[in-house]
Amino acid sequence: MVSGLGEVAAGLSKGALQPSELLEACLTRIAALDDKLHAFLRLTERTARAAAKAADLRRAARQPLSAIDGVPIALKDNFCMEGVETTCGSRILQGYVPPYDATAVARLEAAGAVIVGKLNMDEFAMGSSTENSAFGPTRNPWDLSRTPGGSSGGSAAAVAAGLVPGALGTDTGGSIRQPASLCGCVGLKPTYGRVSRYGVIAFASSLDQVGPLAPDVQGVALLLQSIAGQDERDQTSSARPVPSYGELLEKSVRGLTIGVPKELFAEGLDGQVERAVRAAMARLEEDGCTLKPISLPNAPHAIAAYYLVATAEASSNLARYDGVRFGHRAQADSLLEMYQATRAEGFGAEVKRRIMLGTYALSAGYYDAYYLRAQKVRTLIRRDFEQAFAAGVDAVVSPTCPTTAFRLGEKSGEPLAMYLSDVYTVPANLAGLPGISVPCGFDQGGLPIGVQLVGRPFDEGTLLRLARAAERGREQRTPEGF
Amino acid sequence: MLQPVIGLEVHAQLLTRTKIFCGCSTAFGAPPNTQVCPVCLGLPGALPALNRAVVELAVRAGKAFACRIAGRSVWSRKNYFYPDLPKGYQITQFDLPICAGGAVDVPGLRKVQLTRIHLEEDAGKSVHAEGGSEVDLNRSGVPLIEIVGEPVLRSSEEASEYLKALRLALVYLGVNDGNLEEGSFRCDANVSVHEPSAKLGTRVELKNINSFRFVRQAIDYEIARQVAALGRGERIIQETRLYDHEKNETRAMRSKEEANDYRYFPEPDLPPLVVSPAWIDAVQVPRLPNEITAGLLAAGVAPADARTIVGDPRLAALHARLGDPRRAAHFIVGELSRALNDREVNLDALAFEPAQVAEAWALQDAGTISSTGLKEVLAELIRTGKPPAQTVLERGLAQVQDLAALDAVVDAVLARYPSEAGKYQAGKKTLLGFLVGAAMKELKGKGNPSALNALFRARLGG
Amino acid sequence: MAIDRAQVRHVARLARLRLSAAEEELYAAQLGAVLGYLERLAAVDVSSVEPLSFAGDEGSSLREDVARSGLSREQALAAAPQHDAQAFVVPRIIE
Repeated sequence: MVSGLGEVAAGLSKGALQPSELLEACLTRIAALDDKLHAFLRLTERTARAAAKAADLRRAARQPLSAIDGVPIALKDNFCMEGVETTCGSRILQGYVPPYDATAVARLEAAGAVIVGKLNMDEFAMGSSTENSAFGPTRNPWDLSRTPGGSSGGSAAAVAAGLVPGALGTDTGGSIRQPASLCGCVGLKPTYGRVSRYGVIAFASSLDQVGPLAPDVQGVALLLQSIAGQDERDQTSSARPVPSYGELLEKSVRGLTIGVPKELFAEGLDGQVERAVRAAMARLEEDGCTLKPISLPNAPHAIAAYYLVATAEASSNLARYDGVRFGHRAQADSLLEMYQATRAEGFGAEVKRRIMLGTYALSAGYYDAYYLRAQKVRTLIRRDFEQAFAAGVDAVVSPTCPTTAFRLGEKSGEPLAMYLSDVYTVPANLAGLPGISVPCGFDQGGLPIGVQLVGRPFDEGTLLRLARAAERGREQRTPEGF
Repeated sequence: MLQPVIGLEVHAQLLTRTKIFCGCSTAFGAPPNTQVCPVCLGLPGALPALNRAVVELAVRAGKAFACRIAGRSVWSRKNYFYPDLPKGYQITQFDLPICAGGAVDVPGLRKVQLTRIHLEEDAGKSVHAEGGSEVDLNRSGVPLIEIVGEPVLRSSEEASEYLKALRLALVYLGVNDGNLEEGSFRCDANVSVHEPSAKLGTRVELKNINSFRFVRQAIDYEIARQVAALGRGERIIQETRLYDHEKNETRAMRSKEEANDYRYFPEPDLPPLVVSPAWIDAVQVPRLPNEITAGLLAAGVAPADARTIVGDPRLAALHARLGDPRRAAHFIVGELSRALNDREVNLDALAFEPAQVAEAWALQDAGTISSTGLKEVLAELIRTGKPPAQTVLERGLAQVQDLAALDAVVDAVLARYPSEAGKYQAGKKTLLGFLVGAAMKELKGKGNPSALNALFRARLGG
Repeated sequence: MAIDRAQVRHVARLARLRLSAAEEELYAAQLGAVLGYLERLAAVDVSSVEPLSFAGDEGSSLREDVARSGLSREQALAAAPQHDAQAFVVPRIIE
């Protein structure tokens, strides 16, 4: 089993590992172990083997395309890949084969990465447990009776179980960071606009961001390096230059100031989680960081604002699933029936619930009270962070999740309880800021705990530095049976 | 007396090579679904990428109509389900459009105020058949400006004049091709009637009007319908009606019965559109039709001729390149129009160069050819592009200008027709034409007629 | 905040979702509970606050008006549930 993407890259670079061997090792592990997890929805073995062979030659010739040339990577199933079924965890897209590649996928391939397959997720990335997948839930490798979190639950579980050294996910309200935290791996949500969203099936466009998951901070940095940067096909992507994250990673954290917001260490936080997070903060302090109490007074409104903005955008983004050009179509005699039946049959319960909520929030007479007000609250939340940064804070620390992984079915009857578990991750999405979750310990039941750091816009470098420092002192364990 | 109030909304396709949000071609007439990509098909994951040229053309129109150009405008989504609307929403501009205010100068009418001009994407096309409807998405994502006029028009004639003036202006601006048949210039009309002393009546939106004649007919029908309904004591319902030009009537659209709730909200896939003052300044605005007309009249071109020339931008462009404005006007409404009527010439691919027309004029000015000869030279030039000097040579159009040679012919004619010469001298001056004609016949038509006239007069004493 | 079944039906119609009677009942209850939670935003003072609808950098570079090849018709129609080799086909549209 491979321990980290950084080590894998080093092994490939030294010639100690060959891409094809590495791929076969991954495929063997997936074949042996994924029945227990259900992290993968499908494999792309044939194209992966061809890509690995090509990478073998480049590695042998010492002409790699990048540091990740030959590294097996898996994708959340909302990344379009030409010729490969892409379902977004939904029955409405079952069998859908896109005719084009997402920019992030094209960039990974251009860097030589070997795409191994597509990973399970909550339908249309709506969920925090991967139980909303139309194709059955994914399980947490640390405890198969528990969820891996979500919506990038397949990505986090596959990485945590060592099935692949890295994966891509998407994060709209915590969908990378939360499962990374619950599965014990590193997950980064970059700044809004840092990575192209072109070809990534949208949930909520103003909040969605593509990001990497890996067992190690270095791995996350390597993946970010290969996918970040402006894309002419996504005009919300930023023109700002992409720094060398590998170099920033090695810099000391001494002298950095970490803000500790009282609102994110408040009620509902599990005591064991808090202890592990505070221990990680203490380690950062030992490394020369300053901890500074701050306030994010509007953070408690984040969940409400988030669920209005996200569902409103989703209700519109999901209008294209109408049975006309692709995807499922119900049998019907009239156009109206076709629309209504197609969407009723194709979407799962949570997706319908959110479409209803978002449609309601945008509908005549409610727009100002709900959607517009939520967008204004969003401004307030962003201002809170800006004030902290202006006061010299380099990153804001908090737990990633209020608890460790919950049991399958535990929250599925209570949408609101599920929504509230995103309380710490949602503010970064609303403000468009980068956030990272790093493992920082375990609870008494042996379930992993993650610490979250949120940084200035486009300052992923500082986050990665701090995350690297935070991961150094942590206890290393492997999930039993993986 | 009930007074009609009409406001028009015009959708004009912008003359760009590619669509508003993707690199697909906008060319008209391609086979169905051959100018499409993930973006304009609304495939999962695709995102819009705004075309710079679209902004440029909207700013050009906005400057030409003296609108206020917004330095920052915002894209919105208009949400509704329809098979030719791939994403389930149209990307348009709602509360912050790129242009606000402004006016269109309508000759013979007045300035018609504009509410706004905004950018948006077109939908695809559905063809309805028995077994089902076919959807072609070539037009999906074609760039449009919607020009919303204030409700200030009082009759179908005013509406039609406004539309003609607007269309011509857009064509001159290079913003739109003015082609109603291909749907690149479309019009919806809001029609209401009211007692002038009372507030405005309930308005009805007429859709699907695709010719100037239908605009007049549809509006007239709708005014009459509303007046009749009110006369019967009925109320006018705010609704969308479709104009059926075969039956010449409007009828309520069934699919629009459900109250529309478009759930507009800012488009999160596109940043706000920022147009810098420097960019706005740099956008060039060609001369508008009314300015060109004024120039022609000032140069002494007859008003009717000016109207003909300005009515077609290609004629106006040709006129500008011909020199001598009056002579050029005569050429265009004369020889060229005749050739156009006889379908001997294609205005989009002229066989001749404007400079060659000036060459023909110079031949006449030098006395080399007569006015009849000029007509022949020009007709040939228009038809084939043959250089005027070559036509003169090939057809032997050059006049005999040698006075000694002409004098000899005059002598011969006078000797042959002594009695006509005598009658002329006795006062029957009309016989000069007969004598000149006889001389011309002798010269096989190549004599310079004015020189012959002068010679006969001199010989016969005035 | 309570939301009744008529409102649920109206919203479902706007969203083109066919709901069973049981679903109407369920969503009326669940949406009511969620909306009740969202009511807390009403207490936030947002006077003189501009909405944040775009979290990224403004003034991005625009696309030049240059054609690029799209999809072939076969590719465009490949995933369609119903087509006639030229166009997408849907149940007859009534205007």
